[in-house]
Amino acid sequence: MATTETMTINMGPQHPSTHGVLQLILELDGEVVKKATPHIGFLHRGVEKLSEYRTYHQVIPLTDRLDYLAPMSNNLGYVLAVEKLLGITELIPERAKRVRVIMAELTRIKSHLVWLATHALDIGAMTVFLYCFREREAIIDIYEKISGARMTSNYFRVGGLSADLPAGMEQEIRSFVATMPGHVDTYEGLLTGNKIWQKRTIGVGRISAEDAIDIGLSGPALRGSGVDWDLRRDNPYSGYEDYEFVVPTSTEGDTFARYKLRLDEIREACKIINQALDKLQAGPILADAPKICLPPKKDVVNTIEGLIHHFKIVSEGFKTEPGEVYQGVEAPKGELGYYLISDGGNHPYRMKIRPPSFVNLQALPQMVEGALIADVIATIGTLDIVLGEIDR
Amino acid sequence: MSEHAAVGKLKEQFAGAILEVAEFRGETTVTVQKEEIVAIASFLKQELGYNFLCDLCGVDYLGSSPRFMVVYNLYNIAAKDRLRIKVPVAENDARVDTVSGVWATANWHERECWDLMGISFNNHPDLRRILLPADWVGHPLRKDYPLQGPDRAPYQGRLS
Repeated sequence: MATTETMTINMGPQHPSTHGVLQLILELDGEVVKKATPHIGFLHRGVEKLSEYRTYHQVIPLTDRLDYLAPMSNNLGYVLAVEKLLGITELIPERAKRVRVIMAELTRIKSHLVWLATHALDIGAMTVFLYCFREREAIIDIYEKISGARMTSNYFRVGGLSADLPAGMEQEIRSFVATMPGHVDTYEGLLTGNKIWQKRTIGVGRISAEDAIDIGLSGPALRGSGVDWDLRRDNPYSGYEDYEFVVPTSTEGDTFARYKLRLDEIREACKIINQALDKLQAGPILADAPKICLPPKKDVVNTIEGLIHHFKIVSEGFKTEPGEVYQGVEAPKGELGYYLISDGGNHPYRMKIRPPSFVNLQALPQMVEGALIADVIATIGTLDIVLGEIDR
Repeated sequence: MSEHAAVGKLKEQFAGAILEVAEFRGETTVTVQKEEIVAIASFLKQELGYNFLCDLCGVDYLGSSPRFMVVYNLYNIAAKDRLRIKVPVAENDARVDTVSGVWATANWHERECWDLMGISFNNHPDLRRILLPADWVGHPLRKDYPLQGPDRAPYQGRLS
């Protein structure tokens, strides 16, 4: 008598399409997934614990290493949370806010490029991968010129920025942004009308709006299911209320819808960067808060107050009043939240990070159960996860 | 600053369970009794529209009593509004009822809270460690857990 048994296989943690060290235990009936159980934590570095032993400024480099494909978005969420805790949100100079927006949107493009590159590669479209990484290289060059690092930027500071934009940078960003929509059209030309791409993405990994909210999806993954929610527009921060942009949504809730929507987000990001560059004026890049922000070098070497402030901030950091704040930002992958508790000291008493990838990955089992094993790959790609921020 | 709209309704409905209401930097935090958390969570979701649980975490206030707090950061997608609920949890009874029946997203958050903070959740569908290996001993985010890990020389750096 013939019997059918399900087969249990490991996908990952060393599997190229799991985008890092994600392990999935798949229970298969032939090619059909009966059950999927994600195992995470292979990259756990204890960022939240470490942050309790670092001054507020020393935590910024740790945040770079969460979503390492979008370091400046992580920096932004963190410094905004600390600024809210300190009550200096209103003091942030106009130029610093605009540069933050420019860099956050470039970061969004950079993150979406890696998403599209790897997503397409997983499904079999090699050319797109090479094109996307070519454009990403231009953004990484901008990163390097601005912050000195290609990936772990550590550029924002509590109160503003670590340094002003180098000479000629505005023009370089402008010319990059001018070419980007054309590149997006190229990707679309390769994929959108492509029958193989359509077959692999339309109807795959579908999730309804209600389920998506319930499981906590955010960002493009949630907007793909028709929920019109974007923190940049709905709870603006860093001056996002000054910019005109559209929040793309789709009601299909499948992989193809999320693909189209993220490409539209790249186009919108270009518009925001252009507006921010238009409005960018010369001015200070650090808040006028001498007990929190490092003084200019000329004050450090010429005045006793500057020297003392510099010494105190570097050696001891700054103290905050006791309290707790939550700051969410619209990171490329969804809502990135920082929940900070202060006991009045110079380091966080507790820092909880709400990583969008962690929550989005939780939706994977319900999106792939009953689907084919090849669709698991497409669904991991469309959720756009990064294990660095899942495991923290 | 005027009181958060949800607070009045919560007070009306769960008068005895509200322990404290705090305002800081324009954010409202309501501390409630842990016995009522599922009822309050359902009320907040069904009646007041807090349909999105952004985040759930545990906090260790070592030395004070009760020692732990479980914090729920909620969001109302329709009204674009945030609210924070906190639940005190005693060390000798570090258990809270799960809210994963109210917001499914709480599942992994509660597993993480158990894993790193050692607060257990009653009726949770799948309460296993999530970030650390299954055989790990201890809960690293507790304040009495050494930064360098157990059985290792203490942290020699500057504790700021």
